[in-house]
Amino acid sequence: MTHELPFAITLDPSTSLANKTGSWRTERPVYLDRLPPCNNACPAGENIQKWLFHAEEGDYEQAFQVIMEDNPMPGVMGRVCYHTCETACNRGQLDEPVAIHAIERFLGRMAFEKGWKPVMSAQDTGKRVLVVGAGPSGLSAAYHLRRFGHDVTIREAGPMAGGMMRFGIPKYRLPRDVLDYEIQRILDTGVKLELNTKVEDIEAAFADEGFDAVFVAVGAHLAKRIDIPAHAAGKILDAVSVLKEMESGGEPPKLGRRVIVYGGGNTAMDVARTAKRLGVDESMIVYRRSRKEMPAHDFEATEAEDEGVLMHWLRTIKDIDGTSVTVEKMVIDENGRPQPTGEFETIEADTLILALGQDVDTSFLEKVDGVEIARDGVVTVNKQMMTGRKGLFAGGDMVPAERTVTVGVGHGKKAARNIDAWLCGETYQASQKPELAAFENINPWYYDDAPQSKQDQLDPVRRQTGFEEVLKGLTEDNALYEARRCLSCGNCFECDNCYGICPDNAVVKLGPGNRFEFNYDYCKGCGLCALECPCGAIKMVKEGS
Amino acid sequence: MSEETALQRVKFYQTGTHTVGNRLMDEEARSVQSSIDRSNAITSGHRACQGCGEALGARFALDAAMRSAEGNLVAVNATGCLEVFTTPYPETSWQVPWLHSLFGNAPAVATGVAAAMRRKGRAATKVIAQGGDGGTTDIGFGCLSGMFERNDDVLYICYDNQAYMNTGVQRSSATPPAARTATTPAVGDAPGNVFGTGKNMPLIAMAHNIPYVATATVADLHDLEVKVTRAMSMSGSRYIHVLVTCPLGWGSATNHTILLARLAVESGLFPLFEAEHGAVVRTQKIRRKVPVEDYLKLQKRFAHLFKKGAEDTDRIAAIQRMADANIDRFDLLGERTAP
Repeated sequence: MTHELPFAITLDPSTSLANKTGSWRTERPVYLDRLPPCNNACPAGENIQKWLFHAEEGDYEQAFQVIMEDNPMPGVMGRVCYHTCETACNRGQLDEPVAIHAIERFLGRMAFEKGWKPVMSAQDTGKRVLVVGAGPSGLSAAYHLRRFGHDVTIREAGPMAGGMMRFGIPKYRLPRDVLDYEIQRILDTGVKLELNTKVEDIEAAFADEGFDAVFVAVGAHLAKRIDIPAHAAGKILDAVSVLKEMESGGEPPKLGRRVIVYGGGNTAMDVARTAKRLGVDESMIVYRRSRKEMPAHDFEATEAEDEGVLMHWLRTIKDIDGTSVTVEKMVIDENGRPQPTGEFETIEADTLILALGQDVDTSFLEKVDGVEIARDGVVTVNKQMMTGRKGLFAGGDMVPAERTVTVGVGHGKKAARNIDAWLCGETYQASQKPELAAFENINPWYYDDAPQSKQDQLDPVRRQTGFEEVLKGLTEDNALYEARRCLSCGNCFECDNCYGICPDNAVVKLGPGNRFEFNYDYCKGCGLCALECPCGAIKMVKEGS
Repeated sequence: MSEETALQRVKFYQTGTHTVGNRLMDEEARSVQSSIDRSNAITSGHRACQGCGEALGARFALDAAMRSAEGNLVAVNATGCLEVFTTPYPETSWQVPWLHSLFGNAPAVATGVAAAMRRKGRAATKVIAQGGDGGTTDIGFGCLSGMFERNDDVLYICYDNQAYMNTGVQRSSATPPAARTATTPAVGDAPGNVFGTGKNMPLIAMAHNIPYVATATVADLHDLEVKVTRAMSMSGSRYIHVLVTCPLGWGSATNHTILLARLAVESGLFPLFEAEHGAVVRTQKIRRKVPVEDYLKLQKRFAHLFKKGAEDTDRIAAIQRMADANIDRFDLLGERTAP
């Protein structure tokens, strides 16, 4: 000691910082990013939690850019996606899920109003890829391949791009100006589109035209048929043709006064609602099972009912005699299957529209060596989405999967990543998913009650008479509020809780955007931060593990 | 005139009212604890147990007081856990001027500090006295009552962990009924602390008609900071009683410190209120009411009430009646308002 201490004092005063209490610890807290359930459920692989994070701050452009990393069509997606993200949303266990689709739609509108473009930064690779089909899968694949810097050409057999988004989904669910704008934004990235060009010879595309890879996504357009005994045939149409005719720009199909739609899927609902809008007196659904078993989404059936579509559940069509349709009542047995009862009814109808599902037209692939077509008419692909023909990839409705726009968009992205890797002589490895952010990881105390913002609906009279969009968009205030309902499951959103409640000041705040870090010199491992973290972004691990 | 934006209009911030901070809120609306330059009145390296509620409560309170006093503050400390774990000779964790004397005389020492400051022309310097429940409700009770009676210009903060913890968990007059301590063991017909004993210090303080009395817990930081700030803006004797969880003495998990304080409030066992000049002026409503079992079951000091097959339903019901009486007396149910 160099200086004299006061009487009876033997040590200089010092700070407790000399005492490294971190040595008491048996468990240590660690920050982690868990996988939010919305992201986990998204067929297009969107990082929903991340774009909501930016939207919460009012940084809509950054939110848009995050969506564009995975999905080039937020405006379309916010309208037609069946949002499995919202079913999975942890907030649903608190009050109601975050209306993710409505915020996505809002961001789509903002991008349209402000003219935002996706960031394209890759150098041109000189590799050429042919995409067959300009539906959701094809457009998505083309966009992502372009982002990798490849030269992309889409060939579409039909007169317009969009596939089932245009020819399967009615205008009142997806206004065509939204679809056209978002398709054009994809084309503006440098994708070439050739319409009215049916690809018949895949091998020629490789050999004669020099494409390095081909992605086929022609969809499923062939309407399934069944044999119904008809004594005097009435008018029988199929749903796909009716919806397609609506887009051709000519006279709408003539349906008469009373229409039966046979089937219980989303397409059946769409056709029944379209018929209603075309002015038929009675638009009816006939389906062999009950509402509980129908493949259509509940809200579609509800919206159809709201518009006056009549439902005949548990009925099969036995025969048709002119305008008389005989149906048999069914019951659901203990295995959930419909069984006939031998009781019959007669329904009068001028037109019968079959909405029994669709098959894939695979004829152009049958002559390609190595391509395997499964018994149910879909194309077999491996984990890399490649068919048995090297360099030929397939996706969308023509491969085994759920047939939705979002799945199609997801396939497009996945195929693009695999094609890109294949073109570089590699195999694409998906990054390992982090552990799921379950509701149990959330500390619900910290979240205030907040009911979901509801989208306004067009009034029922106008819904029965025209093709105006049924669901309205959110205002900016509502969209911002809705985004702020996100719990940010499993991902730190800088609420300062860990920093504030550590009894040992062992959490270091690194400033806006930089989150926090633990000071293990002093952290005693009490676990308060992990338990009181609202969103489950901290976990305790055994020391030494 | 600037255009009003949605960012200004939409005031919903997910967790803003309950978490320590929130990146979406204006800086001024955030808590002292969320600030990167809070005083950290008690710095790292102190010897408090893992998950200590008192270390937390004292830092919450003094950091808020430091901001309010713009750093011009002296803290006096009674003997107790807080003093022991922060100042093992020759180290100190205190980053505020801090004075320790005896177990029972913190209020008198604080009175003296305030008088000395006045005499030296430094009346602007604020004085805080603090102690645990033992130093406040038992040993320092006389000094405290005297300080209140004279209305000396001191804010006294009691960190109540409901027993003498650093000496080995002996019963104090703040120990709740049925709680097991070293001196009220869980044996006999009525194990644990006896019913009908103890003191309600906030009510006793109110009976002195001092300018300000408040209760708070470590579970609701915003509420605590508002109360400390309000107290700091007044002069005369002020008293804040802060419930602080003690994992050691309560036999609770170290990560349950905040949860237990929250459950004490939500069950009604620990009412949050403010009183001015002897009358209750504000109460903090219960947000999500829970039965007292939710609070008691997480603590080993009440484990004897929940013996498998021999639940002490009578005494659990008696504790529930205490909670219900608080709810009636302080009107704890209903719409919550900002503190």
